Amino acid sequence: MTLSAPATSANRIDAAFARLRAAGRCGFMAYLAAGDPDLERTAGLVLALERAGVDFVELGVPFSDPLADGIVNQLAAARALRAGATLPGVLACVRALRQQTQVPLVLYTYMNPVYAYGFERFERDAAGAGVDGLLLLDLPPDEAARNAELRRDHADNGAMKMIRLIAPTTPPARLRDIAAAGEGFLYYVSREGVTGERQELSASLAAQVAAIRAVSALPVAVGFGISTPEQAAAVARSADAVVVGSAIVRQIGEHGADPDLPGVIERFVRPLVDAIH
Amino acid sequence: MQTTLPDAHGHFGPYGGMFVPETLMAPLRELTDEYEKARADAAFQEELRLLLRDFAGRPTPLYFAERLTQHWGGAKIYLKREDLLHTGAHKINNALGQILLARRMGKKRVIAETGAGQHGVATATAAARFGCECVVYMGAVDMARQALNVARMKFLGAEVVPVTAGAATLKEAINEAMRDWVTNVRSTYYILGSALGSHPYPMMVRDFHRVIGVEARAQMLERAGRLPDYLVACVGGGSNAIGLFHPFLEDADVKMIGVEAGGEGVTTGLKHAARFQGGRLGVLQGTKTFLLADADGQILLTHSISAGLDYAAVGPEHAFLRDQGRIAFDYATDDEALAAFHELAALEGIIPALETAHAVAHARKLAPKLGKEEIILVNLSGRGDKDVQQVAESPADTGKLKAQSSKL
Repeated sequence: MTLSAPATSANRIDAAFARLRAAGRCGFMAYLAAGDPDLERTAGLVLALERAGVDFVELGVPFSDPLADGIVNQLAAARALRAGATLPGVLACVRALRQQTQVPLVLYTYMNPVYAYGFERFERDAAGAGVDGLLLLDLPPDEAARNAELRRDHADNGAMKMIRLIAPTTPPARLRDIAAAGEGFLYYVSREGVTGERQELSASLAAQVAAIRAVSALPVAVGFGISTPEQAAAVARSADAVVVGSAIVRQIGEHGADPDLPGVIERFVRPLVDAIH
Repeated sequence: MQTTLPDAHGHFGPYGGMFVPETLMAPLRELTDEYEKARADAAFQEELRLLLRDFAGRPTPLYFAERLTQHWGGAKIYLKREDLLHTGAHKINNALGQILLARRMGKKRVIAETGAGQHGVATATAAARFGCECVVYMGAVDMARQALNVARMKFLGAEVVPVTAGAATLKEAINEAMRDWVTNVRSTYYILGSALGSHPYPMMVRDFHRVIGVEARAQMLERAGRLPDYLVACVGGGSNAIGLFHPFLEDADVKMIGVEAGGEGVTTGLKHAARFQGGRLGVLQGTKTFLLADADGQILLTHSISAGLDYAAVGPEHAFLRDQGRIAFDYATDDEALAAFHELAALEGIIPALETAHAVAHARKLAPKLGKEEIILVNLSGRGDKDVQQVAESPADTGKLKAQSSKL
């Protein structure tokens, strides 16, 4: 496998994948809902994830109508919104975090909060705060290209990567187009459905990751439905990064009142990370 | 020019589009392709025409509401009687069109969202008629206030799944239906019930309801020898309105008014569902349009006495045609809709759906300002059996009812 990004890239995502590749390791990407249980504790949770050995952190920006998310992430977003989390609040949290960690951070959210903030302004402010990548669940590349206010200023390209999704339903021609315009890494949605823990992995996962590799040199992260060390280890055999979300979010939901929440999360995540490292 | 939209990607000017998770992109393109083929297929169109005639009861009458006209003392009031259709509302036009598409695509399981339950009943009816499995998502609050329609869906063999998230109304039901679809997309057809959501739904739902306007236009010419001066229809997502309006778009002298749900009122602090009263541009559930959201982009809780209008976004084509100055929008409050509900029942012997009552309420305000030679055509989109209990129990209603009966 070859990676497109030079090892000296300024972007933390590119640099992390280059390091992982040099070490011959699969990366671990942990998701949590920013602002759950509240924004003050989110920074501590990110640092706990880093101590547990996580290579990338995805921060969910809460939205009132998360239609690609299962019940665990829906409830987390609702808790975060009740606790007062906003997009500017999450950016302030990231800015503060950058004093303490250089772990690559990817924001995961839906169009409307970003739209309300202003797309251009958001790109500038998020990159400035130290966000490395953006994953908008309901912005396919088709619309990104066809709405003037969503077009990116490619002179500035590289400050924040626009992460593209590929699904089991993505046909080959479309896969080639998405891969060609991809940045940072490609996010493969491991099965049809919403986010959430699942008993079994898709049988065709390895073959589908191979199909992506056939058309792109970008790293491939695999997510949606991975929750146990066994599943993570199995996915790590074909992916460049394994994403675990709902299983961690569920722990945060159950232990939100625990004064040692970061410790609880660190101990929960460590075996998941160890399973792939 | 306005009638050739949307473009190939579902855009009505700056509105519309396909803002959906990647998993749904290919299935939506496939649906668009299949719909385009069906639209050009004479056999498909003929099958739909016969179903609409023999099963649903088309054409629906155009009725001159003589007593309302006299009582309001202005323009002549004509009612397009979609309430007389099988299942009691215009929704069956679209449900039958889409179930034929589902069958064409080999999908044996259909899902739907519903607010007032009219689209759920129409979908359950179409599914029963064609032997499909049917699951309908409905907000728990709406299930309580539209219990009659819940019972009907169950008798028709549909599974009705309560949705308790958020305000537990139409928006949450759509989220849940989309989650089902993204999970079961290979086996399942999603019969979306309004001119909303991702392309091709706003276009497809409009096209299946255009029959309302096509019939009304011909009936009006036959009865009055001319076109109406005003078309009035209620707008939740906007399916009955766009169905009536679209065939009149090139008739420059015909004015069109969409009536949103004003709820408690539209001033700050009051709850409503009038997207063009303080709404903003945004993206929700697959489409870019006007919606009610806060400054952070979080979707606001809406309120309307009518479950079918109680929704935070409006169909993208309505937003576009409003920008063009082709459709004007106004709103009717809960109280105004209730008053219109009673007036239509008392004077014409027609009990309208609470959604429809919003259109009647607007006509009631407009008619006295117009001359007796002018014509208002109101889309009587649904009947009110489902709302009888809610109206009877409405605290706002008791006083109104007395005042009204003494006045008449």
